[in-house]
Amino acid sequence: MDAHSPTSSAPATVAAHAHAHDDHFASHIRRYLLVFYALIFGTVITVAASYIPFGDRAVNIGVALFIACGKASLVAGYFMHLVSERKMIYGIMIFTVIFFIGLMFLTLASFMNPPANTTTH
Amino acid sequence: MPNASSALAEQFDDLPQQQESSVLGMWTFLATEILFFGGMFMSYIAYRSAYPQAFAEASRHTIVLYGTINTAILLTSSLTVALAVHAVQEGRSKACFWLLVLTVLFGCCFLVVKGLEYHDDLNEQLWPGPHFKSGLPPQSQIFWFLYWAMTGLHALHVTIGVGLLSVIAWMAQKGKFSAAYYNPVDVSALYWHFVDIVWIFLYPLLYLINRYS
Repeated sequence: MDAHSPTSSAPATVAAHAHAHDDHFASHIRRYLLVFYALIFGTVITVAASYIPFGDRAVNIGVALFIACGKASLVAGYFMHLVSERKMIYGIMIFTVIFFIGLMFLTLASFMNPPANTTTH
Repeated sequence: MPNASSALAEQFDDLPQQQESSVLGMWTFLATEILFFGGMFMSYIAYRSAYPQAFAEASRHTIVLYGTINTAILLTSSLTVALAVHAVQEGRSKACFWLLVLTVLFGCCFLVVKGLEYHDDLNEQLWPGPHFKSGLPPQSQIFWFLYWAMTGLHALHVTIGVGLLSVIAWMAQKGKFSAAYYNPVDVSALYWHFVDIVWIFLYPLLYLINRYS
């Protein structure tokens, strides 16, 4: 139950509270919409960038992944409220990222440095 | 209005503690999902670095229009589900219900578009195996194997998400949630956003390789 119920507050206070509540409500919606516009903009940029030759193939991959990481951060940070989450959840995600990087590193390292007499097709 | 005490499971002291625990549980589950998809992304990176030319040629046969429409659909559905959580936090359960219905519809649209795309892919003989499209380098079958595996697994997640959110929408319609108790909506939304994030990476990696050449 709302602590500022009409029975316990003066009408002016109730109006001010309702107004503040509406402002709070609108600012949240506005933030979600801004994130959404940024996500759509990011998608447009990703498509456009894929049609531009940056010289090196690695640069094109880098640009695409950089934008994708930005979009994923916006979704995780604001839609999933990660920006205001507890430290324990950060801990879980940091461990996940570390294990993921480890997985990448070990696999790629073995790919780059195959044992002698290994043939690839 | 649901009775807040009836929503409290006996192992918790109060609703905030229950809410924190379920959010922590969902994030832990999502961490395992990241590593699960991570294995697939790993295979993709390894084989793309080994056969960059074959991957670029194979990727040119994906249909960018379908992929782009589906990206827009999923991003919009992420917005509607985030607004659904916000609505229920504000005690607007009717708005929450309709936003969840909209999210489910977007999820279904995604699956329909994906189905149309799969149909076109099969007509183009892009299923790896003895009848694979001729004229492409043999290693491009690895790309198409990964395409079917990754998008198929993602589509399975979307299907589960659609089912999950349908149940949550039905519960919202029954008046099961309020500003005091809404964690099923919250954790289901987290799952849906995760499915969106996976697609954010799949889209450029599968559809947009070297489109300029």
